[in-house]
Amino acid sequence: MDQKLILFTLVGMMAVTYIPRLLPALTLSSRELPPVIVKWLSYVPTAVLSAMLVPSLIAPEGSISLGFDNIYFWVAIPTFAVAMFTRNFFGTVAVGMGLVAAVRYFL
Amino acid sequence: MESVISSSKNKYDAVLMSAIKQALPIVLGYLPVGFAYGVLARKAGLSIDNTVLMSLIVFAGSAQFIAVGLLASGASALSVIITTFIVNLRHLLMSAALSPYLKKWTKLELAIFSFQLTDESFAVHSTRFSNGDMSKSETYLINSIAQAAWVGGTVLGIFSSTLITDVKPMGLDYALPAMFIALLIFQIKDKSHVIVGLTTGILSTALVLGGSGQWNVIIATLIGATLGVAISWTRN
Repeated sequence: MDQKLILFTLVGMMAVTYIPRLLPALTLSSRELPPVIVKWLSYVPTAVLSAMLVPSLIAPEGSISLGFDNIYFWVAIPTFAVAMFTRNFFGTVAVGMGLVAAVRYFL
Repeated sequence: MESVISSSKNKYDAVLMSAIKQALPIVLGYLPVGFAYGVLARKAGLSIDNTVLMSLIVFAGSAQFIAVGLLASGASALSVIITTFIVNLRHLLMSAALSPYLKKWTKLELAIFSFQLTDESFAVHSTRFSNGDMSKSETYLINSIAQAAWVGGTVLGIFSSTLITDVKPMGLDYALPAMFIALLIFQIKDKSHVIVGLTTGILSTALVLGGSGQWNVIIATLIGATLGVAISWTRN
């Protein structure tokens, strides 16, 4: 890997991460957005997280796989339950990783 | 004079203790995930410097994992940057949501605060600010403790990466999906969010299977969020 190219990539990543974090706080504190935009933006976190998550769970190798060999999918079910009932970020991540480790160890 | 110094020291200690207490759940979440990132970045072939630097200057968990995956698969710098932009675009909403509370802050103060705005710090600050808890020093402390945990986790992961030959037995490769599951569940406010989540997820998968490359995330998100607006319209 060309580490210099990665360094440039990192600087680019910083810019495109920082600008969306900064611009609204800097510009919006004095004005109101149209309600439809506010509403649309309120669905973005749900949509973007699902768009990233679901393919990695049901098609981790690039094709649909819901058999028991796809532990990503099956572990997701109890992990979802833990997130829903405990509302605990750390607990959810720990249970997900722990279950994947346990399944790989015992099966 | 002495009493003034000791009382201001006590006040500082109280702010520090309060910040540590509020940052603790973030720290507990960031340490293992940062650790997983550090291991995976080294395994993917990033140098130690670049691995730490990403946690210092980008500081965005999911984007860092995705960038590492893309770099390992030989993706171009431009596609990594565009994907990062798409993945982190959600912070636009978080920054917008906090902006009403930040009216009295100077531009420099906003610039420092925004740099450390993450999903988790957003969750903490939106609760604090709405309770009228607007201490700037406490806000900065919470953010800095959180990022210190992220960078600390990264460094521990780098040190461990030579000892860990395979991340799979530890389930470290599941840190990102598990983190997304938690953050997604925290976003679900009503039935319309469930519908948007399911539809966007299925659409995104269909796009991947159809050969969309990394564009599945932005295309599915644009359609999914628009669907959300449509649902909320038909309901009212």
